[in-house]
Amino acid sequence: MTVSKRLVLHFPRKLVDQPILCRLARDYNIDFNILKASVTPNEEGVLVVELSGEESNYNKGNEYLAQTGVAIQPLSKDVVRDEEKCIHCGSCVVLCTGGALSVERPTMKVNFDHTKCIACEICVRSCPSRAMEIRF
Amino acid sequence: MTKTISEINEKIRSGQAVVVTAEEIIGIVEEKGVEEAAKAIDVVTTGTFGPMCSSGAYFNLGHSAPRIKIGGGKATLNDVPLYTGLAAVDVFLGVTAMPEDDPRNKTYPGSFDYGGGHVIEELVAGKDVKLEATAYGTDCYPRKKVETLVRLEEMNEAVLFNIRNAYQNYNVGVNLSDKTIYTYMGTLKRNLGNANYCSAGQLSPLLNDPLYKTIGIGTKIFLGGGIGYVSWQGTQHNPGVPRGENDMPHRPSGTLAVIGDLKQMKSAWLRGISMRGYGTTMAVGVGVPIPILSEDVLRYTSVKDEEIFAPIVDYSEAYPGRKPDVLGEVSYSDLKSGKIEVSGKEVPTASISSYSKAVEIAHTLKDWILKGDFLLTDPVTPLPGLEDGIQFKPLNERWEE
Repeated sequence: MTVSKRLVLHFPRKLVDQPILCRLARDYNIDFNILKASVTPNEEGVLVVELSGEESNYNKGNEYLAQTGVAIQPLSKDVVRDEEKCIHCGSCVVLCTGGALSVERPTMKVNFDHTKCIACEICVRSCPSRAMEIRF
Repeated sequence: MTKTISEINEKIRSGQAVVVTAEEIIGIVEEKGVEEAAKAIDVVTTGTFGPMCSSGAYFNLGHSAPRIKIGGGKATLNDVPLYTGLAAVDVFLGVTAMPEDDPRNKTYPGSFDYGGGHVIEELVAGKDVKLEATAYGTDCYPRKKVETLVRLEEMNEAVLFNIRNAYQNYNVGVNLSDKTIYTYMGTLKRNLGNANYCSAGQLSPLLNDPLYKTIGIGTKIFLGGGIGYVSWQGTQHNPGVPRGENDMPHRPSGTLAVIGDLKQMKSAWLRGISMRGYGTTMAVGVGVPIPILSEDVLRYTSVKDEEIFAPIVDYSEAYPGRKPDVLGEVSYSDLKSGKIEVSGKEVPTASISSYSKAVEIAHTLKDWILKGDFLLTDPVTPLPGLEDGIQFKPLNERWEE
């Protein structure tokens, strides 16, 4: 049976320069698809990946990952607003597909209704002050 | 009824001045009328907070030992290139500058995460930024390379100097084409998917003094959370556009060049901005106090959003092609309602400038004046007006005389 999972991998500083995913693919026959990567030299690296492979290989691969010291989390996506960064311009409201972002009148402040957000991420890419962030 | 700025300043000093915002004045005039309001009120405060690309700052970095002549060499702050065509350690940073290795629009639309505006925001927030400079070396400036962290307080001078801010009215951007476009007016969806505007309307400084009766060179203002001054008319200052009976321009018109000590400004009011597919810039907070010198001056400050009209411009073809076509005019009250009608279609609207932050600026300036901390200045000379016959010139490409 084939298993496919989306995971968030946290690489501690000492592992950032090691070819861990390469070994995972070569030694355990696991396919990986990198969805998001953020590796800062001398700091922690965060990788959002989709891993898929035959079940026994997948489990062994996961054991290998854990042994190396990589912290593994299941992926769940969330859009959040950094209240400090939002300048309430309102340029996001016409782009928001879920109707989560709207202008409150007459103050013209921008409201973010998290419950309506479908995490399409359009606001994340379009926000001029980068107030909208994706959290995995 | 006439007052002078020195009379108003006397009232500010003695705590007697009556100060209201350009939003508050509307109701006061409706209730009391112009004549009575002009007697009662001394200052009307305005504000605007939006991306203003012709902004930047100059710095004197101090001299290293041994000395380096950065002037004529190359220099960056956090990898963002500086203009170095000045003396040894004077540099200028513009808000649209970005690192050499930024991919720009190679993968369209580019995200433009970091540029000069972000560097200015970080410096004002008190953060360390990385200075790297290379030079050719001279007998008196032998050093060829310097790499160090710098921060605002360590510099001799750090001066915000924006050569065009606070546009008096602006276009409403729409997209008539059949694909999404990424502009300095934001993301414009295809087939009139949205209409984006960028002005504080009834709170905007120059829309409250449409004929530049009080705002002139030397006017003391709120700039980036601190104090600044109008240093000149801004670039593209163009008073001679079509105007309404209330003297409000129906096109982008006057502009301000402004200057102030960056060290006393606040990062909340100078914010690095990334316009997807377009580039980096900076949102700048500007607020101008308008001394109520006469009933005429007061009448202008009581202008309402429904009395100010902006032109609707297609950014897929007309704007890039420099065609003068305008699809219609629309009031700021309609724009702020959330939808307008363009060519028979209902179009949702969005703002690029922040009205709520503009309100905050006008109130902050009002508080400063009420506390007696902020006195008004007499302009040294007025801005060019309608009578000066300024023509807004295009660039005509030519090769021979």
